[in-house]
Amino acid sequence: MSESAPTTADTRRLAQEARDRVRFEEEALQLSDQVYRVARRIVGSREEAEDLVQQTYERAFRSWRQYTPGTNLRAWLLRILTNLNIDRGRRQQRTPQTTPIDSEAGDYFLYNKLESQLPDENPDEERVLERLSQDSIVDALAEVPHDFRDVVVLVDIGEFSYADAAQILDIPIGTVMSRLHRGRRILKKNLADKAVA
Amino acid sequence: MRDPCDECEEMMQPFLDGSLSDDQVALAQRHLDRCAWCARRYRFEERLRHYVRVAVTEPMPPELKARLAALRTPL
Repeated sequence: MSESAPTTADTRRLAQEARDRVRFEEEALQLSDQVYRVARRIVGSREEAEDLVQQTYERAFRSWRQYTPGTNLRAWLLRILTNLNIDRGRRQQRTPQTTPIDSEAGDYFLYNKLESQLPDENPDEERVLERLSQDSIVDALAEVPHDFRDVVVLVDIGEFSYADAAQILDIPIGTVMSRLHRGRRILKKNLADKAVA
Repeated sequence: MRDPCDECEEMMQPFLDGSLSDDQVALAQRHLDRCAWCARRYRFEERLRHYVRVAVTEPMPPELKARLAALRTPL
């Protein structure tokens, strides 16, 4: 039994598929800086972030047919990335399941604390911000428990919408909003603790 | 009755996210127009978000970029 020769229609279809695939890969690669930026803050180290991004692209390129053209490709890639991160079980090992968040401060707490450390009354906002070093910001974010940090990173660092973050993490949008609200407060509390004395 | 500054503090995050209703935005805005104390804290929060985003952004290592490019299907 010999296979019949490919028809013109088959050839055309294959050529079209090859073009779609190339376009998909190019578009995905153009987003890699943004994917890395989020990955770097979701996991603990640069090495882990690099591995995770590489695995994300390997999986994305294998399953490119599952992507619906015209939908948010950046969110689709991040969904793969967060699933891979969960599969690796790294987060569960690293972060305790229940992190007590006592003495949660309000949204003005950080400003109030930083301002109180400056001699002049009503300093401008830039001077207040200068109390925070870059390292202290990186550490303060890393110390936010992962459930909250994932949402803060996606929305405030990755600039995803609430709806995209909900889709990426597979949680309801209301949960995104409450974790974001709380995660930002925890971040600011951590920043206040680390502010230059 | 609640302290209007406490109420304004509660509205800060959704206000800056653009997720408040028009009525709530108007309520917060009326207070901010009169209260320099809260207005300063709102401005600070806005700057802080930008400052944090810049501070935690690390450029992607060029080797990783090259490894990803190598994953493409050969033409």
